[in-house]
Amino acid sequence: MHFATSFWQRAPSQRPLVVCFCLVSVLTIGCALLSLLIGAGAVDITESWSTLWGQGNEEAHFVIMELRLPRTLVGLVVGIALGISGALMQAVARNPLAEPGLLGVSAGASFAVAAALILGASAATLAMGVAQLGALAGCFFVMIAARLQGQFKDPVRLVLAGAALTSLLTALTSILLMYDQRAADEIRFWVTGSVAGRHLSNLVTVLPYFAIAAAITLYVSKPLASMALGEKVALGLGHNPRTIRYLVMLAVALFAGSATAIAGPIMFVGLVVPFAARALVGPDIRRTMIMCLPIGPLMIIGADILTRMIAQPAEMPLGVLTAMVGAPVLMLIVRAKRLPTLA
Amino acid sequence: MSSSTQAPLGTQSITLKHDDHVIIDGLDVTFPAGKVTAIVGPNGCGKSTLLNGLSRVHLPSSGHILLNGKDIHSMPAKQVAKKLALLPQETSAPDGITVRELIRFGRHPHQSLFKQWGMDDRTAIEFALQAANLESLGDRLLDTLSGGQRQRAWIAMSIAQETPLLLLDEPTSALDLGHQIEVFDLIRELAAAGKTIIMVVHDLAMAARYADHLIAMKGGEIVAQGSPKQVITPEILESLYGVHCDLLADPHTGAPILVNVRRAHDSGASKAAAPSDKKQAELAL
Repeated sequence: MHFATSFWQRAPSQRPLVVCFCLVSVLTIGCALLSLLIGAGAVDITESWSTLWGQGNEEAHFVIMELRLPRTLVGLVVGIALGISGALMQAVARNPLAEPGLLGVSAGASFAVAAALILGASAATLAMGVAQLGALAGCFFVMIAARLQGQFKDPVRLVLAGAALTSLLTALTSILLMYDQRAADEIRFWVTGSVAGRHLSNLVTVLPYFAIAAAITLYVSKPLASMALGEKVALGLGHNPRTIRYLVMLAVALFAGSATAIAGPIMFVGLVVPFAARALVGPDIRRTMIMCLPIGPLMIIGADILTRMIAQPAEMPLGVLTAMVGAPVLMLIVRAKRLPTLA
Repeated sequence: MSSSTQAPLGTQSITLKHDDHVIIDGLDVTFPAGKVTAIVGPNGCGKSTLLNGLSRVHLPSSGHILLNGKDIHSMPAKQVAKKLALLPQETSAPDGITVRELIRFGRHPHQSLFKQWGMDDRTAIEFALQAANLESLGDRLLDTLSGGQRQRAWIAMSIAQETPLLLLDEPTSALDLGHQIEVFDLIRELAAAGKTIIMVVHDLAMAARYADHLIAMKGGEIVAQGSPKQVITPEILESLYGVHCDLLADPHTGAPILVNVRRAHDSGASKAAAPSDKKQAELAL
């Protein structure tokens, strides 16, 4: 008990990372297990449990292995991608509200996918690379918007610019879909965001992008941490802030593009996950990103479980749920007297 | 020039511009090894721009900055960071960082993807804590320290960088008198231990007292350089700041002390004549 109180009384930045990581990981694993046990398909919890241990009938096996397992794994990957890309973007913009979903990166990716499908592509394999390109274009827009307003100074302005881009791209996507009913059916989840109905093969196609983004993230984590001390300090320590910034945006585009390619645009997760991570372990970007690893999947898989339970027997799209929960959270953050700053 | 007398840092006709506005035009300057050099001058004289140029923050549009005789922009950034540390004027650290964590950043140039955290890093950090007189404060949060302690922690970060050269941009600008002395004393100790220190200082009296070598700038050019006694003369002060003053000698060090500072030509009967006189004095330079 004594340990527990002293743990929470410590400044977040001084809490032992390993303990925080393990605590949240246990929750995440529990959530993933729950995601295999309930929802989607007429297999109840006890039946699911015995199926997991190799018993159970053909149908239960199919539901769990072909429906719920891919869905859970997709949630895991998407959660990590969105959490890390949000943390990276907030660090490089020195703006606590920066997030790929809010700033139009995800909308760029899904618009690119819609355009490709209308232009005749139907294979999901093509959609992956296209989504990355769309996300990259979104990232460049964010960089330009940030540059125009001079070094990302005002958090809310950047979000406004991102909101404008997001609505524009969403409107354009809707126009495209109006003219093409076939694409409209195929793309529905790319517009709303969902981890349901995905195959493991979808996951495999994004893995290379995901791996590159992860490698870049490892490489930039240390210089990025020093950039929190100011750009001149980072330069004095032998880092190159400009190169680091471009590498970070590339990683964000790859992560957000991958996540959007598999699950469609999911807003606010990239915002809330790093917030939660910082509340637990403080603002150091390396600690924040390590905590995003369990927190991101926890939020996505947790939210996905909710989508199966809220509107039974139908399912609510994941993107709709995160928007409904995330929008009020964002309003609370913006309304807070003192907007949290990143150094 | 033999390498033993070679200045560790100098410029070769560098031109520094802000957009299209030329701040410094073809400047040559060298900084003496193992000494504390203070760059002084009125607001907008280009002293901070020069320091930013020396530390690679500001890219020169022409000319070279020579670090041990080699062009600084032809060297890998990490190599430069092992020789030259920089403490900018405005610093900010993330909430909840401790003194020791801040100092750890100073080790970045000595680490790489394959050489992460080693024994030499640990020794360097403990040494920096000791040198900056912060041994007992290593685990304190930076925000809980006094201004002087905080600035010493930042300097300790650059000590941990283990560079022969240290550049400081107005290291005491936000500090009260006691904390200023605290920081300048530390800077003197570092110079006594063999570091070459180059700093921009706003306060001429402090510069005169704590620097070995002064470089006085105005309009992007060097008006005078040398020991404080050579540089701080009534004539040079008038040309720099447009002031008249009397000088006394510090009873302990002999360094010049400014007293009775007043605007040039303002003490006489005709105040209205002062601006044009001042302008003439400037033109005469």
